[in-house]
Amino acid sequence: MSLDNKKVKEIAYLARLNIEDSEIEQSTAELNNILKLMDKLGEIDTGEAQPMAHPLKMSQRLREDNVTEEDLSEEFQAIAPKTGKGHFLVPTVIE
Amino acid sequence: MHNLTIAEQIKGLRNKDFSSLELTQHYLNRINDSELNAFISVTSNQALSQAKEADKKIANGKSSSLTGIPYAHKDIFCTKGVKTTAGSKMLDSFISPYDATLTNKLNAENMVMLGKTNMDEFAMGSSNENSYFGPVQNPWDTEKVPGGSSGGSAAAVAARISPFATGTDTGGSIRQPASLCGITGLKPTYGRISRYGMIAYASSLDQAGPLTRTAEDAAIVLNAMAGFDTNDSTSANKSVPDYTQCLKNSVNGLKIGLPKEYFSDGLDKGVEKVVMQSIKEYESMGAKVQEVSLPNTIHAIPAYYIVAPCECSSNLSRFDGVKYGYRCEDPRDLNDLYLRSRSEGFGDEVKRRIMIGTYALSAGYYDAYYLKAQKVRQLISEDFKKAFKDVDVIMSPVSPSAAFDLGSVKDPVSMYLADIYTLSVNLAGLPGMSIPAGFSDNLPVGLQLIGNHWSEELLLNTAHQFQMRTDWHNYSPADR
Repeated sequence: MSLDNKKVKEIAYLARLNIEDSEIEQSTAELNNILKLMDKLGEIDTGEAQPMAHPLKMSQRLREDNVTEEDLSEEFQAIAPKTGKGHFLVPTVIE
Repeated sequence: MHNLTIAEQIKGLRNKDFSSLELTQHYLNRINDSELNAFISVTSNQALSQAKEADKKIANGKSSSLTGIPYAHKDIFCTKGVKTTAGSKMLDSFISPYDATLTNKLNAENMVMLGKTNMDEFAMGSSNENSYFGPVQNPWDTEKVPGGSSGGSAAAVAARISPFATGTDTGGSIRQPASLCGITGLKPTYGRISRYGMIAYASSLDQAGPLTRTAEDAAIVLNAMAGFDTNDSTSANKSVPDYTQCLKNSVNGLKIGLPKEYFSDGLDKGVEKVVMQSIKEYESMGAKVQEVSLPNTIHAIPAYYIVAPCECSSNLSRFDGVKYGYRCEDPRDLNDLYLRSRSEGFGDEVKRRIMIGTYALSAGYYDAYYLKAQKVRQLISEDFKKAFKDVDVIMSPVSPSAAFDLGSVKDPVSMYLADIYTLSVNLAGLPGMSIPAGFSDNLPVGLQLIGNHWSEELLLNTAHQFQMRTDWHNYSPADR
């Protein structure tokens, strides 16, 4: 599968990344080169192999539904780019 | 002092040959004189106060074996009060509000953290050239790469500016730099060491481990690093043996498998020669060598470079410029804030992998890429299962060549292809090691040891026996 510049821009937007017009040719070429390598997956006969999501076949552990976290909101907000009145601030979304 | 192993330093501290403060100051001086760029942050003041604290504990008889031993922490492990960058502009000024479990465990031993080591951005890379803080130099030849992604950690141990460094290994990031820098590196079984507070790259593959000079030192520090952690849902609830107890076992009768697919075209002749000489050394110790086959080896590259980017595209979506990390100047609106914060905060390789992952997971492509890659992963895992019916340990090269020139590999695909001997181990969740095995053109070459799940004791024992018979692990770039 080969990507064109338009598709690469779409993927970048899905990932919330900007690609400058001056860089698009190179990005598309690089991604297509990588995808050529990935497309070799299609040639492999995987037969009845089950998809392997976890290397040890462990099942997800559940814990008791207890409160374990302390309120660290002040510490967490101290490292945020912008906060106010206990909230994380971003540009206005709704007028 | 810097030529002593950790085992020797522990004795030195106990016998009062030197204090932790003296040892720590000595390493800090060496770091200060080093131009390798192995550290992103050097935490001198904290280190000196930790050393004084350790000396008190030792004097009061309240110490554990690692108390007062200095170490370097890969800058991917969260450290409360000390910045944790993951080698990225995105986290250039990030100070974690909490400690990683591994940080806690090493603190509990009263070990002394010298600083945080340089690395490829978010652990994505095999040369340490993808760091926002600049590349690390290989101490054996400063024109060469140290390997990656734990390049700063490997260079620091090799240059004797830290006796031990932590690392993480998602596709070879402990073993490959250990090989290229001529030191010992262990990637334990998936789930052996907690991932809590270790900044995620590809969660089903990431595993922490030690970089040390010797296998004995790796065993000593693994005792402190390993263990179950309720904060990591993939941590294995399995007891931790004393890894130093098994080191003396004989390797007489040990069955070693050589995967024929790992000795094919593309392997540098000098590297092959060193690896085969090491195998002969094992034979002379009574080990039995046979050929094994891992037929899906070649498929590990596309499988890994789908699974890892898919997981990274999901993991790294958390960096949005809102709660922590880099935020762009004067965002016009929320979308602009996301787009520019991420575009300005991430480097090229990270963006590339996020894009590949985003594409592979996007509507209509899931079956062809991610699902298919997971099936291939199963086949790779089954290859190992079959091989371990016949042999105890698999041995191979770590990397197709010794350290290459800084700036010489510009094409991402060529860099990916060089990971061929390390990726399968992560896909199968197995433990693997690199130990110093010799030199090719004056550059160190590592031997890879691969074991079955939870066979860290056997790997450390097998490595230690080699190091009792050879002295490659004692060579130091400082002696050049």
